[in-house]
Amino acid sequence: MSGHDPAEVDRHVRVYIVVFVSLMALTLVTVAVSYLHLPLPMAIAVALAIASVKGSLVACYFMHLISEKKLIIAILALTVFMFLTVLFIPTFTHMNSIELHG
Amino acid sequence: MEIPYTVSVRQDTGLNNGKIGIWLFLASEVMLFGALFASYVLLRTGATTWPRGASILNVPMATFNTIVLITSSVTMVMAWASLARNQFGRFRLYMGATILLGGVFLTVKYFEYTAKFHHELFPRTNTFLAIYFTLTGLHMLHVIGGMAVNAWFWGPGAKLWKTNPTWFTNRVENSGLFWHFVDLVWIFLFPILYLL
Amino acid sequence: MHTTGTTVAHGQSVTGAAHDHAGHEEKSFLWTYVFSTDHKVIGIQYSITGLLFLLFGFCLMMLMRWQLAYPGSPIPFIGGLLGDARAPGGTMLPEFYNELGAMHGTIMVFLGVVPLAVGGFGNFVLPLQIGAPDMAFPRINMMSYWPYFMGGVIMLASFFVPGGAAQSGWTSYSPLAELAGSGQTMWLLGMVMLITSSLLGAINFLTTTVQLRAKGLTFWRFPFFVWAQFVTSFLLLLAFPPLEAAGVLQLMDRLAGTSFFLPSGLVVSGQVLQVSGGGNPLLWQHLFWFLAHPEVYVLILPAMGIVAEIIANNTRKPLFGYRTMVYSLIFLGFMSFVVWAHHMFMTGMGTVMSAFFQTTTMIISIPSVAILTSLIISLWGGSIRFTTPMLFALAFLPMFGIGGLTGLPLGLNVTDIPLHDTYYVIAHFHYVVAPGTIFALFAGIYYWFPKATGRMMSETLGRIHFAGSFIFMNMVFMPMFLVGLAGVSRRLYDGGASYDFAQPVLHWNRVSSYGAWALGLSQIPFIINFFWSMRHGRKVDQNPWQATTLEWAAPSPPPHGNFTTPPEVYRGPYEYSVPGRATDFYPQSERAEA
Repeated sequence: MSGHDPAEVDRHVRVYIVVFVSLMALTLVTVAVSYLHLPLPMAIAVALAIASVKGSLVACYFMHLISEKKLIIAILALTVFMFLTVLFIPTFTHMNSIELHG
Repeated sequence: MEIPYTVSVRQDTGLNNGKIGIWLFLASEVMLFGALFASYVLLRTGATTWPRGASILNVPMATFNTIVLITSSVTMVMAWASLARNQFGRFRLYMGATILLGGVFLTVKYFEYTAKFHHELFPRTNTFLAIYFTLTGLHMLHVIGGMAVNAWFWGPGAKLWKTNPTWFTNRVENSGLFWHFVDLVWIFLFPILYLL
Repeated sequence: MHTTGTTVAHGQSVTGAAHDHAGHEEKSFLWTYVFSTDHKVIGIQYSITGLLFLLFGFCLMMLMRWQLAYPGSPIPFIGGLLGDARAPGGTMLPEFYNELGAMHGTIMVFLGVVPLAVGGFGNFVLPLQIGAPDMAFPRINMMSYWPYFMGGVIMLASFFVPGGAAQSGWTSYSPLAELAGSGQTMWLLGMVMLITSSLLGAINFLTTTVQLRAKGLTFWRFPFFVWAQFVTSFLLLLAFPPLEAAGVLQLMDRLAGTSFFLPSGLVVSGQVLQVSGGGNPLLWQHLFWFLAHPEVYVLILPAMGIVAEIIANNTRKPLFGYRTMVYSLIFLGFMSFVVWAHHMFMTGMGTVMSAFFQTTTMIISIPSVAILTSLIISLWGGSIRFTTPMLFALAFLPMFGIGGLTGLPLGLNVTDIPLHDTYYVIAHFHYVVAPGTIFALFAGIYYWFPKATGRMMSETLGRIHFAGSFIFMNMVFMPMFLVGLAGVSRRLYDGGASYDFAQPVLHWNRVSSYGAWALGLSQIPFIINFFWSMRHGRKVDQNPWQATTLEWAAPSPPPHGNFTTPPEVYRGPYEYSVPGRATDFYPQSERAEA
């Protein structure tokens, strides 16, 4: 995003302020929810959902991904796939192991 | 000999070299932290017991640190926006604020860690603490690295603004991307370690 | 960029002193050769260092082969030099054998083949083949070499610490690796350095390929070598970081007393280990193999790229199935990330996961076969020139075929049960890497030597090198299939001599050893040829092979900035024997006749 057009940058700055406020609010929400002591699976789901929203805001607006070129998006899509692979498959394998008894 | 597309964009990709380079680097960092998160998941699901983060860790301190880091992300992007609007003075201000906030984050972490050590809570004490110290420690190294790069652009590297302002702006944007990534990792680290 | 009308090369040749351009200050030796940012110098640095490590790793193996041929007997000459800590009375201790084994693997893969194939050939050839003046990030390129060098120094130094070098295999499985001496810590630190080097290189290659290709050079006009390096770089970029993470975790276990990979209640020498426990040894295996499987494709893909270039050039016809080969390459790279647990079939994996990994492994053999078959069919109807590069490239085809086919029973979970961790595995992967990749790398050296130096290597010495290498490679590794099928495990320091069931096949160990030593002798003509030809080889012009790709349009050796004028590309990479033309090759950058 090398947009040096001043009016465009002004628009961006307004967005940054909105995102900043949202991030603060979501931070307080996620901490508040943690005090509710939800059952673990629900707590995990809520915490990760909020974190994903916050992360997406940072990625899309601070890191300008929302208007980024196709090549960058393609590289990231590939990376996300590999990220999910390394994240989940070892645990699935672990859960599908033969238990030794006796 | 000049390397093409260092500053100007290549027509068919619409990008300059540095932008692609930094995103590729961030892709590798996603895999690095991804593998550590995967390790966390595997160790936790395989454990017979696992402490709730809040029972061992200091949630208010970490919440404060989260706010500090998010704010530093805003000041970072404002630093770039200032350069894009040709306001070098503003850049200096915002970049300085970013570095300062990074320093605040590190200071809080210092107190957090020393408090743990004071209570005989070390990485070797149990698996939860081991992964906590490793994840936050590696993240902290990235904060330090980011601060070092930012300090370079605030200080001696700022000379480039006079000779090639576009290149300087792009480089600040790229180091901003790294800084936002460090913030993004923390956005996930914080709830996973402290709140669950 | 100086655009003079002359074609005289102001080169930075390998042996000659640097010439300066008008208007440039003459740089000191340090900045010209040691910290050069020129991709050609960096490529040569990687290549020479990589070749030296290949030689060293080979020597480690030649030592091992004495112990395997004559278990328990003192090593002649060298045995006395090793000292009592490693080989009392000249007979190597099992611990030292394990050091040799672990370091042979580590050095060959991470310090030898990959730096040569990617750091060496990739750096030297890639910018030239895409018509670029250099890499996108020349200074990062320079900075990528030194972590590699430092990692190598650390690895070599680890032989001299108390307890010796790493001795838990190149795979460093926990808990064995965690209980080992400080050599293992140095291994981990060395690996972190090597990973850093590879990551920096990958970023450079990918950016350069996309951004700095010449005008008219679309992706579908890339030489296959460029595609191969491109996919390889993605593998390095995305697969190495999990091993870096694992390395950090193992370092924490070794230095900070954590138990990421140590389970609770582990008993060592009759005592329960005093650690917090709760760790999982399989976590190390998952993180390790998540890299190490794509790593083996990093080993083979550049080799396929080199072989493809040489086959097209020496058959004087376009490659058969270029598009299929490219799609196969991309598919192969992608699939390489989801097959890794076929190295872990024996870890108590349930049927769901082993079925998953078995299936993906079978699927990945398809693009491999597609590429190999295309290369073989490319020979049909060609005017084959049996130059030394072509001899090695041709030999690659059946050798890689054997390596690939013998991998199939390993990839199926049931047949893997008797074969896992036996000599069968060693034979399989060596066929792919040794008479596979390394033959391709030899081919590449003979092929691109004239571009780097302006001189040809001797064909006679090349043929002797080829004949000896081909015969003795097979002599070393073919018997290992038999030994493995008989059930002899790998990493046994006596080669199975203490097992009754192994007795009928033990003599094959000696055959392999004789082959290994003869293979070592066969490299002497190559080493002589390499250095002699730099000064005395037949001088040639910029395109001695009459090739079509862009690197041959630059002077030999190319100057700083590579091309006197930036080239433009008008056609595909393999326009050989185009009907109606006077010559049998139509270079990519030659302007079409009016």
